[in-house]
Amino acid sequence: MALKSPGGQQTTEFEQILKESTSELMEKVENGNLSDAVNLIQRINDERNRNLYLEVGRLTRALHDAITNFHIDVGAGNPVSEEMSQMANATDRLNYVIKMTQDAANQTMDKVDESAPVAEHLREQATSLRQDWARLVRREMKPDEFRDLYRKIDDFLKETEDQAGTLSSNFNDILLAQGYQDLTGQVLIKVITLVQEIEENLVNLVCMAGQVDQITGIQHDTSDRVAEEAHAPEGPIVNAEQRKDVVSGQDEVDDLLSSLGF
Amino acid sequence: MDKNMKILIVDDFSTMRRIVKNLLRDLGFTNTHEADDGLTAIPLLETGNFDFLVTDWNMPGMTGFDLLKTCRADPKLKDLPILMVTAEAKREQIVAAAQAGVNGYIVKPFTAAVLKEKIEKIFERIEQQ
Repeated sequence: MALKSPGGQQTTEFEQILKESTSELMEKVENGNLSDAVNLIQRINDERNRNLYLEVGRLTRALHDAITNFHIDVGAGNPVSEEMSQMANATDRLNYVIKMTQDAANQTMDKVDESAPVAEHLREQATSLRQDWARLVRREMKPDEFRDLYRKIDDFLKETEDQAGTLSSNFNDILLAQGYQDLTGQVLIKVITLVQEIEENLVNLVCMAGQVDQITGIQHDTSDRVAEEAHAPEGPIVNAEQRKDVVSGQDEVDDLLSSLGF
Repeated sequence: MDKNMKILIVDDFSTMRRIVKNLLRDLGFTNTHEADDGLTAIPLLETGNFDFLVTDWNMPGMTGFDLLKTCRADPKLKDLPILMVTAEAKREQIVAAAQAGVNGYIVKPFTAAVLKEKIEKIFERIEQQ
């Protein structure tokens, strides 16, 4: 991300001075004009210090702006602030998503738990009735059993009517419970926007850090960076099509394990 | 395979614990217990005489992978049958879990049929030994 700044010009000016001075310096050294050469070195050093001073000032201001952009409430003396930091806001929103999805899942499972026995009961009754009906068809039924059958059929039809009504109602409740998705979607979109803003600001900071390195000539030792463990947990993979190190389903898991003798 | 065997279900999401519990109940296993993290599972396993452990990988306090290694290093728990049910799908992880001694590995989302098959396979293997 390019940083627009007058400081950019400053660096180029310093580079220019450096270039000119270097050739002048070489000339003086070759001519044996050591005192002039030393004075020139002093001038280059002074120029470097001035440039450093200006750059640090510019970067400090830019850093301050970047931190402000993070909207983090770092005020030491306001424990009760009306305007919550956006980061805390984002955390709340994500917790809201977790809660909503958990509630919806539990509501749906509750309805399933209610409906399964209803369906099972209907099935059992139908099975029992069919057996009676089969006996009737085979003329194995006695008259009083036949009268019983009238009642049983009537009861069964009434129960089916009621239970089917219950099931319909449960299905409807399940449908409604999925309504969380639009609410969580809206909330997540807001958080995505915030994350993108933060990413932009961070990239900005990284740019500035790079400039500091450039001006001061600092080199960083990256040898102590800890390598990420290959089997660190990542959670559900969201871009499986782009990943080569991920299995695509249970069958692949089974194949992988049996190919290794497990 | 005893349908009354004592099973511990470990997952930090209560909805997943509920699903696994219900699926196990449908398969006839009603003696189920729950823990919400590897850390809370350990004391339960130490004293509870469990016959089977079903665990997620990704948990905040102690991961299922670390729980697996802890069990295998404990003389009382080293032979406990352990099934991982998890969203972790990297090949390196699957291999690492197998090498650490997991008895079965199921990736989410999964079906009741897969759960049944893996449980049966685990106990078949144990009976063969």
